[in-house]
Amino acid sequence: MIAGALSRLDRFARLFTPLFTGIFLVLIAAIPFRIPEYGRIAADLGLIVVFYWAAYRPDLLPAIAAFGLGLWQDLVTGGPLGLHALIYFLAHWAVASQLRFFQGKSFAVIWWAFGLVSAAAMLLSWLVVMMLEGAVIDGVPVLFRWAVTIALCPFVTWILARLQHAFLRQI
Amino acid sequence: MKHSTGSVQRLAVPVRAIAQRFAFFLLLAAAVGLMVVGKAETVLVERVRSGVMDVVAPVMDALSRPAATVANSVDHVGSLIDLYEENNRLREQNARLLHWQAAAQKLAEENAELRRTLGAVPDSVADQISARVIADNGGVFVRSVMVNAGKSDGVRKGSAAMTGLGLTGRVTSVGDRSARVLLITDLNSRIPVVVEGARARAILAGDNSEQPKLIFASHTSGVAVGNRVVTSGHGGVFPPGIPVGRVVASDAKGIRVQPFSELHRLDFLRILDYAGTRATALQAKGDTDG
Repeated sequence: MIAGALSRLDRFARLFTPLFTGIFLVLIAAIPFRIPEYGRIAADLGLIVVFYWAAYRPDLLPAIAAFGLGLWQDLVTGGPLGLHALIYFLAHWAVASQLRFFQGKSFAVIWWAFGLVSAAAMLLSWLVVMMLEGAVIDGVPVLFRWAVTIALCPFVTWILARLQHAFLRQI
Repeated sequence: MKHSTGSVQRLAVPVRAIAQRFAFFLLLAAAVGLMVVGKAETVLVERVRSGVMDVVAPVMDALSRPAATVANSVDHVGSLIDLYEENNRLREQNARLLHWQAAAQKLAEENAELRRTLGAVPDSVADQISARVIADNGGVFVRSVMVNAGKSDGVRKGSAAMTGLGLTGRVTSVGDRSARVLLITDLNSRIPVVVEGARARAILAGDNSEQPKLIFASHTSGVAVGNRVVTSGHGGVFPPGIPVGRVVASDAKGIRVQPFSELHRLDFLRILDYAGTRATALQAKGDTDG
């Protein structure tokens, strides 16, 4: 009986692995590193997570979970509430609707696809914030953020792939 | 029987498609709704934000320590390399500062004497709460940091936050054990300041760039590059005289100020409980007068 409960618990924990990776990486992205130039151009690690799981296990990270991760990102960073909820949800929708594209493609193609999705996400978030604040915001930091996020994409996806291999093979 | 189950199945597929499309628009509307509600800054939103902050604070506190240690070690190594020059520079600075210390003491005595003569109300000294920066933000749209001091440490909404070098920001959100400080460079930051020398009052408005600008200046005639900018104390929320920055550009495009505080390298902040101490000081004066 205990074995049954433990195995159910184990399965439950595995099912939530994608969501946990998202929650954790959003916190990591908020750590204050003291980088001198250009303020804090933190990578949008949450976007990489949403992109990855939407492409490979959308059943474990559905659209509403992407929405929730975006909301989590907004609350942790103190940004405009709902901004990343919208962005992550739309990114999830864009990727999950093109699932066939991601089957069996090389990493370079996946990376390129992420470049496109993240560019659209950054552009949209920039426009939405300008609308919300009613002021023109310099776009150069957004560009840097996009560049840093793309640069970190291989590392983060490697980690997520290892986690997927380790925990989600049987699910 | 078979006929009825077949018709139920035929009904289920389009219903699911409609439900999916409905879910999409529902989530879309929810996101937009959240943005509107978030902009309205209601009490509920405040409470949710500070609630999440309190949950996240201990985790961020632990996570940010290794990064802080690494940054400090890097600084340490850097300072070891420059040891000789640093030593000379510090000797010269020390000698200059000793002169200033003597001058300051003389001025302080003169000041106290004049205040006594005039019967002026003393400026209240603000209580200070020390807090560590435990989380940064996305950096692009909002310039704010999270600190690990909250209501239980005496932090109030609207308090000034500063480093040893100068003003850093204002507390916008307070939880039990954590608080959010909006930096002076943020788009929504507005601080009443005065330009020393020109004695021009203005508002320091951030625009998410590294150098906030001065708006609504009472006059711009005497403002020159190099002038110091300090808080004016208008509105009674910030103590007057806190160093803010130095004017670095003063032309047709506007007046830009370079903050003294190193906003990229915030480690510890001092939160000033000015409004609280001022209220007590005024009350005390009222008691003695009446």
